[in-house]
Amino acid sequence: MTDQTAGRIVDPGGKTGGKSDASEGMSYLDSLPRRLVTLYLPLGIICFVLLFPFYWMALTAIKPDEQLLDLNKYNPLWTWNPTFKHFYKLLFETQYPRWLWNTMFVATAATTLSIISSVLAAYAIVRLKYKGAQYIGGLIFLAYLVPPSILFIPLSTVVFQYGLFDSPMALILTYPTILIPFSTWLLMGYFKTIPFELEECALIDGASRWQILTKIILPLAIPGLISAFIFCFTLCWNEFIYALTFLSSTQHKTVPVAIVNEFVDGDIYRWGSLMAGALAGSLPLVILYAFFVEHYVSAMTGAVKE
Amino acid sequence: MADIAVAPGRKAAPRETTAWDRLKVNRNWLGFWFMVPAMAFLILFLAYPLVLGVWLSFTDARIGRTGNFVGLENYEWLSEDSNFWLVVFNTVFYTTVASVAKFAIGLYLALLLNERMPFKAMIRALVLIPFIVPTVLSAIAFWWIYDSNFSIVSWGLRNLGLIDGNINFLGDVWNARWSVIFANVWRGIPFIAITLLAGLQTVSPSLYEAATIDGANSWQRFRYITYPLLTPIIAVVMTFSVLFTFTDFQLIWVLTRGGPVNATHLMATLSYQRAILGGNLGEGAAISTAMIPFLFAAIMISWFGLQRRTWQQG
Repeated sequence: MTDQTAGRIVDPGGKTGGKSDASEGMSYLDSLPRRLVTLYLPLGIICFVLLFPFYWMALTAIKPDEQLLDLNKYNPLWTWNPTFKHFYKLLFETQYPRWLWNTMFVATAATTLSIISSVLAAYAIVRLKYKGAQYIGGLIFLAYLVPPSILFIPLSTVVFQYGLFDSPMALILTYPTILIPFSTWLLMGYFKTIPFELEECALIDGASRWQILTKIILPLAIPGLISAFIFCFTLCWNEFIYALTFLSSTQHKTVPVAIVNEFVDGDIYRWGSLMAGALAGSLPLVILYAFFVEHYVSAMTGAVKE
Repeated sequence: MADIAVAPGRKAAPRETTAWDRLKVNRNWLGFWFMVPAMAFLILFLAYPLVLGVWLSFTDARIGRTGNFVGLENYEWLSEDSNFWLVVFNTVFYTTVASVAKFAIGLYLALLLNERMPFKAMIRALVLIPFIVPTVLSAIAFWWIYDSNFSIVSWGLRNLGLIDGNINFLGDVWNARWSVIFANVWRGIPFIAITLLAGLQTVSPSLYEAATIDGANSWQRFRYITYPLLTPIIAVVMTFSVLFTFTDFQLIWVLTRGGPVNATHLMATLSYQRAILGGNLGEGAAISTAMIPFLFAAIMISWFGLQRRTWQQG
C-alpha cells in the first residue's frame, strides 16, 4: 500500500516519512505523542499495578521494624537502612529451610512422576492411535477441567484410607492429577509436530516402540519437555488446598501453607518476616522463570491452543 | 507395516511369528500399557474421589466416621441455610465481576503488548510475574497492602488529599468484596493477556492493511478483524478463567477467611470450613457437589467455543 493513501486516512498530521518497512506493520503511521498517550501511558500504569505488590513485598522484607509501622515519620516508599534481620530470623529461628526443602522435594517428585506418565500417555494417544485413543484424549482434557476445590474433601478420606495422611507422599501422589492432564495435552501437541516418517524408518529398521520413544521422539521433544516440566513445577509450588488439608505436622508443611499458618502469632502480625518468607518462597520460581521465559510462555499458550 | 518390525533382518534363521510377537506390536495392547501410569493416577485420585464426593454428599459422614445414607438431607438442610445462599451469591458475584474485569483489562493489555515497541520481550516477561509467584505468597503481600492501619494505599490517597481516614479494606462488607476481587483480577490478568497475545500474533497484518485502505477506523478493525479471529481462543481462555475463579480458595483464605460476616465466603472456602474445620464431611461434600452444575456450564461453553473454531476452519 502507498504511504500517502494510508497517511491521509489514519494520520492527518502527516508524520509518515518515507521509512516504510514491511516488518513495522502500520505502527509507523502513529506519531510519537499519540503513541505516548495511547500506548506507553496505559502500559506503564498496568505494569506499575502488576509489579507494585512485589516491590512492596521486597521493601517490607528489608525494612527495620520501627519504619514498618510509622508511615508519617519515615517515607514508606524507600528505606535508607535496609536490614537482613527478617531473613536471618526466617532462616535460623524458624523451620523455613525445612519447608522450602519440602516444597522443592514434593514439586520435583510430583512433576517427574507426571512427566513420565504424560510422555507415555501422549505418545500412545498421538502415535499408537489405539482403539478409542481420541475419546481418551477428550477425557483427559475433561480431567483438566476438574478443579482441586471440589476434590479435596473426598480426596482427604481417600488419603486417610490409604494411610498417606500427613506424609509428603499424599501430595506427591495427588498433585499428578492436576499435572497429568495439562502436560499430556501439551506433549500431544509437541509429538504431533514430529514427522511420522522418522518413526516409520525406525520401525522398518526393527526398532521397538520403546526404542522409538526414547531414541527418536524424546530427543526431538526436549523443548516441550522443558516447558511441561517448569510449568508443572510452578503449579506444584502454587498448590495450596491439598497441602493445607492433607498435612498437619509443622515439619511436613510446604512453604505456602507454613507461611499462612505458622507466621501469624495472635494479632501482632510479623509483617517483616512474613514478607521475607513470601519473597524467599517466590524467588526460586522467579529465577527459574527468568531462565526459561520462552518455554514458559509456550507451555501456557500451547496448552490453551491445542 | 507393524509386522515387518517383528522379523529382524539380521538373524540368520527366521523363526515363526508367535502369538507373543504379534501381541508385542499390537497397537491396542501396547497402547494399554502406555496408558497405565497416567490412567492409574487419574482413576485413583481424580475419578474415584469425584464419584466418592457425590456419594459423600448423600451421607452424614463426619471426620473419622463413615456415614450412613441420608438421601437429600444435606441438600435440604443447605437450601434452608441463608448463609449458603449468601455464599452462592458471593461466588457468582465474585466470578462475574472478576472475569469481566480480567477479560477487559487482559485483552487491552494484550492489544498494547502487540504493538511494536522497544524492550517488548522484557515487558512481556515482567507482565507474567504475578502469574509465576504462588498465589498465597502474593496474597500475603496484598494482605499487608490492605492492612487497616498501615496500608500504603490509604497512605497514598491520604497524602494526595483524597480521603481523610484510613480505608478499612477487609473489615467492611463491600470494601472486602471489592478488595478480594481486585486481588483476583490482578492475579488473573497476566494469564489472559499473554495467551490472547499469542492469539493476536497469529493474525496477519495484511488484513489490517487491507481494512485500513478500505477506510476502517481502529474500532472497526478491532471489531471486524481482531475480535472474530480471536473468538476461539477467547472462549477457551475465559472458560479456564471462569472455572478457576469460581472455585477460588487460596486468595480468600489468606485475605479474609470468608469474613467479615461471611461477605467474602466462596463455595470452596465454605466447604472447607464445614468439612475440614467443622468435621462435617457430608455437608461439605454437598457444597462441593453443588458447584458441579456451574462447572458443567463452563465446560459446555468451552466445547461450543471449540466447535466454532472447526466451523471457521472448515
